[in-house]
Amino acid sequence: MAISFLDNNEKDSIMLKAAVLKNRLGSETSMREESQPEQIRASFLSDSVFKTALNVSAVFMLLILAGIFVTLVLESIPSIKAAGFSFLTGKTWDPVFREYGTFVFLVGTLVTSFLALIISIPFSLAIALFSGEYFRQGVFSSFLKSAVELLAGIPSVVYGFWALLILVPLVRTFEMKAGIIPYGVGILTASLILAVMIVPYSASIGSDIISLVPSDLKEAALSLGSTRFEMIMKVVFPYARSGICAGILLSLGRAIGETMAVTMVIGNSNLMPENIFSPANTMASIIANEFTEATGDVYVSSLIEVGLVLLLVSLIITVTGRYIINRTSMQQ
Amino acid sequence: MESQVLKVTNFSAHFSGNQVVNNVSMKVAHNKVTALMGPSGCGKTTLLRCINRMHELIPEAGVSGSILLHNKDIYRMNPILVRKKIGMVFQKPNPFPTMSIYDNVIAGYKLNGISLKRDEKNRIVEDSLKKSALWNEVKDRLYKKGSFLSGGQQQRLCIARALAMNPDILLMDEPTSALDPKATSHIEELLTELKNNITILLVTHNIAQAARVSDFTAFMYLGNMVEFGLTEKLFTVPEDKRTEEYLSGKFG
Ligand SMILES: Nc1ncnc2c1ncn2[C@@H]1O[C@H](COP(=O)(O)OP(=O)(O)OP(=O)(O)O)[C@@H](O)[C@H]1O
Ligand SMILES: [Mg+2]
Repeated sequence: MAISFLDNNEKDSIMLKAAVLKNRLGSETSMREESQPEQIRASFLSDSVFKTALNVSAVFMLLILAGIFVTLVLESIPSIKAAGFSFLTGKTWDPVFREYGTFVFLVGTLVTSFLALIISIPFSLAIALFSGEYFRQGVFSSFLKSAVELLAGIPSVVYGFWALLILVPLVRTFEMKAGIIPYGVGILTASLILAVMIVPYSASIGSDIISLVPSDLKEAALSLGSTRFEMIMKVVFPYARSGICAGILLSLGRAIGETMAVTMVIGNSNLMPENIFSPANTMASIIANEFTEATGDVYVSSLIEVGLVLLLVSLIITVTGRYIINRTSMQQ
Repeated sequence: MESQVLKVTNFSAHFSGNQVVNNVSMKVAHNKVTALMGPSGCGKTTLLRCINRMHELIPEAGVSGSILLHNKDIYRMNPILVRKKIGMVFQKPNPFPTMSIYDNVIAGYKLNGISLKRDEKNRIVEDSLKKSALWNEVKDRLYKKGSFLSGGQQQRLCIARALAMNPDILLMDEPTSALDPKATSHIEELLTELKNNITILLVTHNIAQAARVSDFTAFMYLGNMVEFGLTEKLFTVPEDKRTEEYLSGKFG
């Protein structure tokens, strides 16, 4: 299930990039649209075939989405009947005693994702500024760009291994020095690895958006005697604000659904986390951890209901984000 | 002759070795309009951008020669300071779309982190908008976004934004070429009013416009300064053959 959310987010980011690109190429494509008279009929025919194909695949996508949703709801019914609303508010998850309360996982998901987001924002903004404004051409900038894109392509399980080998000992050392129980694994470790995983997304969208800020606005700011830094803070960022928000939001969507790496380093504890060093579980990690060994209808159904809640949470975040983006872009 | 605000001497500019302004000399007199005209691609914009040190923002661009502002070499000054003293209005109106009309006018102060008292800001905004003849049209909607204005109004907003910094000289790069005839004549009227208080260097494609609004005219051709002098003289008895041909519409 988590996989399907991921795809959705990736699709979103691709669509956003396509829109950005279209914007850039707008003038060229409009010139290319003129064609020879004798070709018009043929191109009209292939056009309509193409359009039908597009429509069919669009409808197909919607059907799949609806199918996933309906399946999740149907399969969740036993769990909904058994636990009712306490499924969301209950703080105890204990399959042995048939207690299925997921509040702890909801907290785990939201805390790790937002913490990861906060950790990642300075880095993604810096990378976005670096490649979108300061060094738009040149060897180092294209090297950085491809490195960032490579980061986005690394499988989640590899990130998980790296976090186990490098981050966990680091965090453990820190915890020992700070006098906290040195688990090493826990919310902070999961957030750190999540932050590394989402930086490429927000950074590449951010850099595309920042490089789209019209140069005549930047020149206007410079011609008034502003430094480059003042220009970035007061002209570039305000102009790119909604796009940057979109990038951050898409990466939040990714963080919420991320499963494998988080499962490996979050500590898999079903107790309410006391602080950001505590081991915990997210909605995605509890599913990954327990789905294979779940016995009994209600247990399986409860895990599926966790998936349904996860879907709804990411839906709420996406819709809220879209609303914010629409509102800010209306204001401009 | 009147006192000079700006003196350009033996000045050259290039893009990665490609010389586009060639050993140019000219002067800009105090509280007068000096027009810089010439066919497309002759280096007018480049020269103008050298004067407020925007040219050097392009990598691989370089200059030689001297430009004196009140007898001080601007290439020995801090470029930020130069740009504060030398205002610029661009070919395409470019108000900041994220700012209100009010904030656009005082954008120079905001960008530079200069904090002003409320009534001081109000005074600067009102003064600058009055000088750019926009006040009556926008005084009831100062807090609306500047991008809702018409093209001509946007350009006057940009003029107000430059005037608000109280520059020693205002550079204008074909400020009317993106505007319709009515907005153009509006801006031309504005120029003749403005020159009572401010020195203007105006780049224009339009020979008639140079004749209408300027006191001095410089004619550039292929990066060279062909002729520079009083507008009246240059238009009636040009010294150079090329000036004569340009004025009679043979090229450009
Ligand atoms: N960024 C740049 N890089 C390289 N060459 C440039 C650049 N900008 C301008 N040039 C070249 O410099 C020369 C002068 O250009 P400039 O813009 O100064 O002309 P102009 O007189 O302002 O023309 P127009 O009246 O069309 O605006 C042109 O040949 C142009 O190709
Ligand atoms: Mg030009």
